[in-house]
Amino acid sequence: MDIQNPKFVCRDVRVHYGDFEALHGINIDIADRGVTAFIGPSGCGKSTFLRTFNRMNDTIEGARVSGSVTMDGQDIYDKGLDPVLLRARVGMVFQKPNPFPKSIYDNVAYGPKIHGMTSGKAEMDALVERSLRRAGLWEEVKDRLKIAGTGLSGGQQQRLVIARAIAVNPEVILMDEPASALDPIATAKLEALIQELKERYCIIIVTHSMAQAARVSDKTAFFYMGDLIEYDATEKIFTNPGDTRTQDYITGRTG
Amino acid sequence: MASSSHIQNSEALETETKRESQLAAERAKKHLKSRRAREWRFKLWGRAAVLFALASLIWLLFSLAGTGFTAFQQNFMTLDVELTESVISPDGTRDPQELRGANYRRVLQETMYDLFPEVTERRERRDLFALTSASGATHQIRLMVYNDPSLIGQTVTLTVPTSDNVDQLLKGYIDRDLPESLRKVSNEQIVWIDSLKKRGIIKKKFNTILFTHPDSRDPELAGIAGAVVGSIMIVVIAFLLALPIGVGSALYLDEFAPKNKWTDLIEININNLAAVPSIVFGLLGLAIFINFMGLSRSIPLVGGMVLALRAFPTIVVATRAALRSVGPGIVNGALSLGASHTQSVFQQKLPLAAPGILTGSIIAMAQVLGETAPLLMIGMVAFVTEVPNSVTDPSTALPVQIFLWSDSAERAWSERTAAAIIILLVILILMNGLAIWLRNRLEKRR
Repeated sequence: MDIQNPKFVCRDVRVHYGDFEALHGINIDIADRGVTAFIGPSGCGKSTFLRTFNRMNDTIEGARVSGSVTMDGQDIYDKGLDPVLLRARVGMVFQKPNPFPKSIYDNVAYGPKIHGMTSGKAEMDALVERSLRRAGLWEEVKDRLKIAGTGLSGGQQQRLVIARAIAVNPEVILMDEPASALDPIATAKLEALIQELKERYCIIIVTHSMAQAARVSDKTAFFYMGDLIEYDATEKIFTNPGDTRTQDYITGRTG
Repeated sequence: MASSSHIQNSEALETETKRESQLAAERAKKHLKSRRAREWRFKLWGRAAVLFALASLIWLLFSLAGTGFTAFQQNFMTLDVELTESVISPDGTRDPQELRGANYRRVLQETMYDLFPEVTERRERRDLFALTSASGATHQIRLMVYNDPSLIGQTVTLTVPTSDNVDQLLKGYIDRDLPESLRKVSNEQIVWIDSLKKRGIIKKKFNTILFTHPDSRDPELAGIAGAVVGSIMIVVIAFLLALPIGVGSALYLDEFAPKNKWTDLIEININNLAAVPSIVFGLLGLAIFINFMGLSRSIPLVGGMVLALRAFPTIVVATRAALRSVGPGIVNGALSLGASHTQSVFQQKLPLAAPGILTGSIIAMAQVLGETAPLLMIGMVAFVTEVPNSVTDPSTALPVQIFLWSDSAERAWSERTAAAIIILLVILILMNGLAIWLRNRLEKRR
């Protein structure tokens, strides 16, 4: 599929865990704006692939990445590139909400603090408010910024984690099954938020829910057994897939 | 035809299924009996085990309390002592040198003799004088006069402990019905003691000496102050050394060290260190700190360093367990925001592991407080009659003090031994309580 001005260009990306090859040479371009969904059965390598974009695989013992991943034309696996700076540009939201056991304010302020992004309390206050507003959480928590982030509901926690990621001004937000621990109402709120965020950020989302992929994404990639089977506009994938394996998966015959 | 056979078949299938499920239900019913019996037996064993543990504890506490509590009270004599100038400073110069060495024993003897004017014989007078704690009382008078020579010639009221035998008799530990030759207190002495008691000169009071005095040859003058101060110094030194080294090692091994056979070897050996008999640490301390580094024997500094080695593996193991109990979510969250590995460990993981680390450290310190064997090896078993002022003063420790007292012959020591054990246990319970309180407090902050 042709994509104009791609954010990421991946060529022959392979990931090994020890002797096991989890991804067998993935080639994909990811659009600069909008939502790209990765779908596929458990163990197909979609989460592993997601973690190559912010080099979180580096933290896993025995994981090796080969091939090339470029972001805006720059190789993110370049030896001279510090993954710490990459992760400031590529934020991540995990499956299980993981706010720090600190106040809501400190959760959002943590990222800007470690990168030295603000000077003075007023600037930090403004940044915290802006991030919480963009994550759609401000109205719910503005009067209790000092309470622990872990005291919020699951859906609020997940939006707090998004606010925390937004605070460091990333260009990309990776989401690894962000709604799998949430109830339908919280999921709906989260999906609405994703729709708003895609105007500003490049969003890549891994999901087990095909309905969710169909609702929120613009493009969908189907992974199976470590291979990228099909990658196309979401509408095309869900109405007229080009591969029988994709067809079997989205109609519920496999996976 | 075909349809009727089909109906017959389905009827046969139904009856067969019914029969099978009935059979299964009967078997399950029978089996249920033995399952319940097994459950009941298990519960019984559990209750018996808990009861046994509880009974042992209660027995220990009661036997300690029974022997030990009487040591918290002691019989004292209130004496009006006349500080006769002709005895203390015969030439009247009141020279400080002279005042230090004056015959205060004589002063005290005169006081005792005055209580029973009818006693005149030399041997009898000696027995009468033996009722008071001579060395403690003379020391008290000496201090008084030396500090304020103007008291000479006046009569002062003093409260001095009775001798340990008087105390034991009045507490009922010496049997009055025994033949005199088998008793530590003579018939005459019993008459005098009863008379003094009746006159209100001997009274039972709270035994402050037990808490404020260091060790002594005389049971009535012995206390645990020296041992407690020594123990505190040892625990503080061990804590200050073992906590940073232990937490540092655990952090490095868990978070930063490469995983290879060398770190595996180190890990195994740290775990082995926890199982090394404590007396071996004493030998190690003797060899390194005393023979090689040339530090003195019997000092809390060496004791603290030796017991830091003892506490080190416990703290490492507790710290690693606490670090591992922090889920990967928090660390991943910090990493995904662009925190470096070091930042995520120190800013997110370590604070969450802190309650566990602290609890483990306090438990380790409780071990240190109760440790005896290594201290024997480095000479902390010495008889020290002064409260240590610094970590390089000779000292002893509370468990060693208990060991020393338990070895002494007089009856009065056994109640003091039990009392010292009670005090040690109270301190240990307080430390464990502190650990629980701290953990709850820190966990609430999460």
